[in-house]
Amino acid sequence: MNPDSVFNTLDISHYIYLSSVLFCIGLFGVLTRRNAIVLLMCIELMLNAVNLLFVAFSSYMGDSAGQLFVFFIMVVAAAEAAVGLAIIVMIYRNTRSTDVGLFDKLKG
Amino acid sequence: MLLTILGLPPAFLLLSFITILCALYVVTNTNPVYSVLALILAFFSISAHYVLLNAQFLAVVNLIVYAGAIMVLFLFVLMLLNLNKESEPIVKMGWHIGAAVTAGLLLVTLAAALHKSSEQIMRNPAEDIGLVKNLGKVLFTDYLVPFELSGILFLAAMVGAVLLGKKQTNSKENNNYSETSSQ
Repeated sequence: MNPDSVFNTLDISHYIYLSSVLFCIGLFGVLTRRNAIVLLMCIELMLNAVNLLFVAFSSYMGDSAGQLFVFFIMVVAAAEAAVGLAIIVMIYRNTRSTDVGLFDKLKG
Repeated sequence: MLLTILGLPPAFLLLSFITILCALYVVTNTNPVYSVLALILAFFSISAHYVLLNAQFLAVVNLIVYAGAIMVLFLFVLMLLNLNKESEPIVKMGWHIGAAVTAGLLLVTLAAALHKSSEQIMRNPAEDIGLVKNLGKVLFTDYLVPFELSGILFLAAMVGAVLLGKKQTNSKENNNYSETSSQ
């Protein structure tokens, strides 16, 4: 193996910290943004942080199961984005807004 | 030079810097279109991370699925709904502070919890693990049932998205029909 590859020069903790930072940035976005589409984008960012950690663990341990899980996460994310955006478009058609603060019609 | 002081590979540092900067830009920018473009750049740098980690197949799939398909969908919906800076809802400052405290606390908790445990991880990297040949073999033997199930999930999601996105003229016709039939 190439002595300059990341496996020899980097510890996996660096990837853990990077993924944690990305996940927390996504969480910050989910908590602050009010636009439903940007909210979905922040969730995609959090999913990608998890994906990065899966790939890092899988590569460091030499086990391909982690990379296959990332594959399935991508499948679910694509389905989620399609259905979520369809719901947002439908809500926009009825309320002329994507502000999640206005989506409180189910409140008892 | 900062890069040599930290003792980390410059490629990793540069990519991490770009990723975090783009992520921050996504969550703080008030123009959703710029957020989408920054998120695409973040996905590109995450793909580069995958290449660094010997996961070439996932790097390509990440580019095609995320940066190619999903983000184009987002951009398309944003432009369809004509959302821009003026239509962005205003959020109070207190929310920002509370969210920053929450996210910061989570980060500190995660870092503290994972600080010591990472030393125990076995290091056994294999060169060919991320290639299509190896991944395909595992996917179609050990993970065949989840693969088929994800196909069904895609079909259900497609039908749901089409149903939700369709203009709701059918229900009105049905209502009219039921009214006329009751008369």
